Amino acid sequence: MNEIRSNAASVKFENVTKRYGSFTAVNNVSLDIEAGKLVTLLGPSGCGKTTTLRMIAGLEMASEGKILIGGKDVTRLPATDRDVSMVFQSYALFPHMTVMENVEYGLRFSGVPKKDIPQKAQAGLDLVGLANFGHRLPSELSGGQQQRVAVARALVLEPQVLLFDEPLSNLDAKLRRHVREEIREIQQNLGLTVVYVTHDQEEALAVSDRIVVMNNAVIAQDGTPRDLYEAPANAFVADFIGEANIFDCEIEAVSGGIATVTLGPVTLKLPARGQSPGKAKLAARPRRIEVAKARTPNTLPGKIAKSTYVGSHAEYVVSTDRGEIFIISQDVDHVHAPDTEVGVAFARSGPVLIGA
Amino acid sequence: MRAANSPTGLHPTVLLWLAVGWIGYAVLPWYGLDDNFFLLGWLTDGYPLNDDVAPALFLNLQGQKLWLAPFAILLALPLLLYGRPKNDPLFGKLLMIVGALGMAWFFMQGFGIGLRGWRFEWLNLLFGKLDDRQFGMGYGALLTVTAFLFMFCIGLAARGAVGGDVFVVSSIGFVIGTVGVFIFMPVLQMLANALITPEGNYSLGSFISKIFSERLWSLGCFTGTRCGVALNSLFLAILVGVLTTLLGLVFALVATRTGFKYGKLLRALTVLPIITPPFVIGLAIILLFGLSGAVTQFVSGVFGIQPTRWVYGLPGLLIAQILAFTPIAFLVLIGVVEGVSPSMEEASQTLRANRWQTFWNVSLPLMRPGLANAFLLGFIESMADFGNPLVLGGNFDVLSTEIFFAIVGAQNDPAQAAVLAIVLLFFTLGAFYAQRFWLGRKSYTTMSGKGDAGVHPRLPAALEKILFIVAGFWALFTVFVYATIFYGSVVTRWGIDHSLTLDHYVKSFSIGRTEHGIHFSGAAWSSFWTTIEIALISAPLTAAIGLITAYLLVRQHFKGKEAFEFGTMLSFAIPGTVIGVAYVIAFNVPPIELTGTGIILVLSFIFRNMPVGVRAGIASMSQIDKSLDESSLTLGANSWQTFRKVILPLLRPAILAALVYSFVRAMTAISAIIFLVSARYDMSTSYIVGRVENNEYGIAIAYSTVLIVVMLIVIGLMQLIVGSRRIGRRGVESDQMQSRTNVSSPVVQPSGAG
Repeated sequence: MNEIRSNAASVKFENVTKRYGSFTAVNNVSLDIEAGKLVTLLGPSGCGKTTTLRMIAGLEMASEGKILIGGKDVTRLPATDRDVSMVFQSYALFPHMTVMENVEYGLRFSGVPKKDIPQKAQAGLDLVGLANFGHRLPSELSGGQQQRVAVARALVLEPQVLLFDEPLSNLDAKLRRHVREEIREIQQNLGLTVVYVTHDQEEALAVSDRIVVMNNAVIAQDGTPRDLYEAPANAFVADFIGEANIFDCEIEAVSGGIATVTLGPVTLKLPARGQSPGKAKLAARPRRIEVAKARTPNTLPGKIAKSTYVGSHAEYVVSTDRGEIFIISQDVDHVHAPDTEVGVAFARSGPVLIGA
Repeated sequence: MRAANSPTGLHPTVLLWLAVGWIGYAVLPWYGLDDNFFLLGWLTDGYPLNDDVAPALFLNLQGQKLWLAPFAILLALPLLLYGRPKNDPLFGKLLMIVGALGMAWFFMQGFGIGLRGWRFEWLNLLFGKLDDRQFGMGYGALLTVTAFLFMFCIGLAARGAVGGDVFVVSSIGFVIGTVGVFIFMPVLQMLANALITPEGNYSLGSFISKIFSERLWSLGCFTGTRCGVALNSLFLAILVGVLTTLLGLVFALVATRTGFKYGKLLRALTVLPIITPPFVIGLAIILLFGLSGAVTQFVSGVFGIQPTRWVYGLPGLLIAQILAFTPIAFLVLIGVVEGVSPSMEEASQTLRANRWQTFWNVSLPLMRPGLANAFLLGFIESMADFGNPLVLGGNFDVLSTEIFFAIVGAQNDPAQAAVLAIVLLFFTLGAFYAQRFWLGRKSYTTMSGKGDAGVHPRLPAALEKILFIVAGFWALFTVFVYATIFYGSVVTRWGIDHSLTLDHYVKSFSIGRTEHGIHFSGAAWSSFWTTIEIALISAPLTAAIGLITAYLLVRQHFKGKEAFEFGTMLSFAIPGTVIGVAYVIAFNVPPIELTGTGIILVLSFIFRNMPVGVRAGIASMSQIDKSLDESSLTLGANSWQTFRKVILPLLRPAILAALVYSFVRAMTAISAIIFLVSARYDMSTSYIVGRVENNEYGIAIAYSTVLIVVMLIVIGLMQLIVGSRRIGRRGVESDQMQSRTNVSSPVVQPSGAG
């Protein structure tokens, strides 16, 4: 059998901390990744996501806590002895070996019978659509092709977990979409466990079964793409995943899971999401806010500060006594001119309450 | 799935080193042999029972050298680990204990027992008189102690050091062990020697009186007598440092800032100090300005000035050292001058500064660290230079030659030599320390090769003119000096009979035919072949230990790395004469008895030139992205496999460079060698110096010319190989490859001590 199979296994972090001297890169993180899922670690640079990934690979050792892969404790195991492969941001193809030799490289150290190695490597190249490129040097391939070689090289080892460290950041925008779809397809076809690091929220939303948002060395939120987008747990997540306007608001009352929220003259009924009466914050996506005529009931009075027509939609910045609000309007037939007095209306669903 | 290591039998690496240990103890002769070990003559000399060639086991069985018996017990202990896995706590602990005890016992018996029984009085009191004696250790001892070292390292790794990586821990252990035994131990022994009084006692008082003596520090030259040796050296070194820096800067500016078309030709100058044995310039100066020198004769003929011996001493030394070391300063400064970001200078010009103001206020201050660096290199080189003072010094004594005469001269006073060596070491280490911690390595790494699109502005016209004149004059002078060397080798007797002849070459390098075939009858052949042989043996060893050290420094993190780095780079700053003295003192008596062998020459080259390999390795390894290693590790290769399959192949140009430079340096070195050569192992350089002392200038110069040509060929071949590699690749990669092959420049810069 020389097909590429999957040995997908789960990954579990139990209170893992990583310190470099006095600097804490990852702080008491617990994480549970099911076998066969694609989970993305998302966050701004320096949030600890790459360190987390490298701890799964065994390239960094946890300072505290326990790491389990497939239920086995691997906390002290170095990279060589873990059944994990990684696709690097720079691809890290060995420049002195041909594409074929690169893909065969890991097989040579994995106890695969010598005669099976070429077939297996070829199967890997077939899988990523580079069947006829085996004899080339990495430098003779385009960026996207190099990327695929890196994927093939990791895949042929049939690892328990496959890791991607910002795999698309060296590709141009068009290729990026294409490659990420390919990665997702291979992952789903083979049922691989994939942990994927990126700082691009759109990429994360597009490929993931689950997204773990990290900020300042801890997990900010962990959930499905839809959860994160539509029900962010806090202001950071709301703003990091898509843009969001964050307002201070007041919860007047909560009954039957529905909160009555006031925001100056505006009153809204929203899912309470565990909040109790008092001060709270409201996050609203730019597309979930509308520009209405001035003095429409239940709107915030404001004035258009900036107005930009971008073809498919119009973008406004409206200044109100609650601060500046960014709005995207689908109505391109009637573009409001700057300095027009308007009312800001909130869509019935969309704005969400988050903790103060 | 990756195959898990099954814990059956003995761990293979332990088994390997255990076997090595037993071979050392029970199979190979424990003590050093009179003959060359590899000729295997010892096998027929009554092996294994004859005392001279017996392995330790057979000595013990015959009831001799019983202090070696504990090794047998220690070597048996690891067998207890049979069937135990690596993560068994006993595994690491036992190996560490066995290794540590083995090494400790090895050195205790080595140093505790001397030529005449116990070395120290308290051992006599403790154990009573010992009727036996120690001999120099041989290959058996070497293998056994190596085995203990590596068992200790495996134990450490099993206990989790450096991520449990056996290869990395063993490499660290190996480097520390060898550097400790062949650099620190001899230097420390030499320091201890400085405390010995002529009566053979240790005394701090006599040491202090020696180190502050008039001979070293007298300020007499200001009052009409002579200055102290240390002050002479210091004075010369500062002068040479300043002047070579200035001249180097002139050349660097001419090459990069004046639109000079033959910059490449100038760069070729930098190869000169690498291929020129250090004293050759001194010889040429004698041929030109000596009593019967060409210039002297000419001047006295035309102006009627009485020829004098003015050139012997400070003036001649100054000229010779500036000639010899300016290319080094040039090499450092050309990087610095090019490294000044053109956009800084362009910014300055757009802010209405003219060329002169820009140069003075922006360019020059930015070069300051590089200038200081060049000065310190010149300083160290001059301090350590031995060849030129030897042939040109006259009455102007400097430390390096004084050390030599204290050992070999009528004085034969190793304690005095040790004191002088300490002073010299103090100066060079001071400069080395300043260079490292005050300047860092910034000036080497300013060239990124991208990002800056600007063009360096031209210099002010007047400055340009001055630079051209100075550089032109000095370049002509250099050419003239080298031409003199060549010309001097083909005249009958310089200054007296200028008829052309090939006699000197014939005398040294004639090849005769006898009935047995070709016969190398020339007088120089023996030392020439010895030199080539020693250089060929030491070059790969130097490159290997240098590259491994570089790998540890660039790629690994471990406790005490700073100290490790400092220790390995230290031999840069230790002048050759100091190493020479230290080796003579340390390796003349058991347990390590090496004087008079070829091994001591090889060892001195390895550890003197090791930094060359380290630099080459660091320079090119930092060009290799770390993710290559990491991806190899995540693909299941261990660190040794990664090193062999990924790093080494990518380092090929650096390996070649390290090989060639350590070869060439081994051929040109004189300072350490002159203490270590023997009748059987004479080297070219010391042979040449011998001819100079006998006033046989013709032969000396002819021989030097041959050496220069040989080394030119070697370097040329290397350029050819490294160069053609690049052509074979496609253009896309050439960027990357080029940066990797450009290791030759950082290699040469800090050639340390001549």
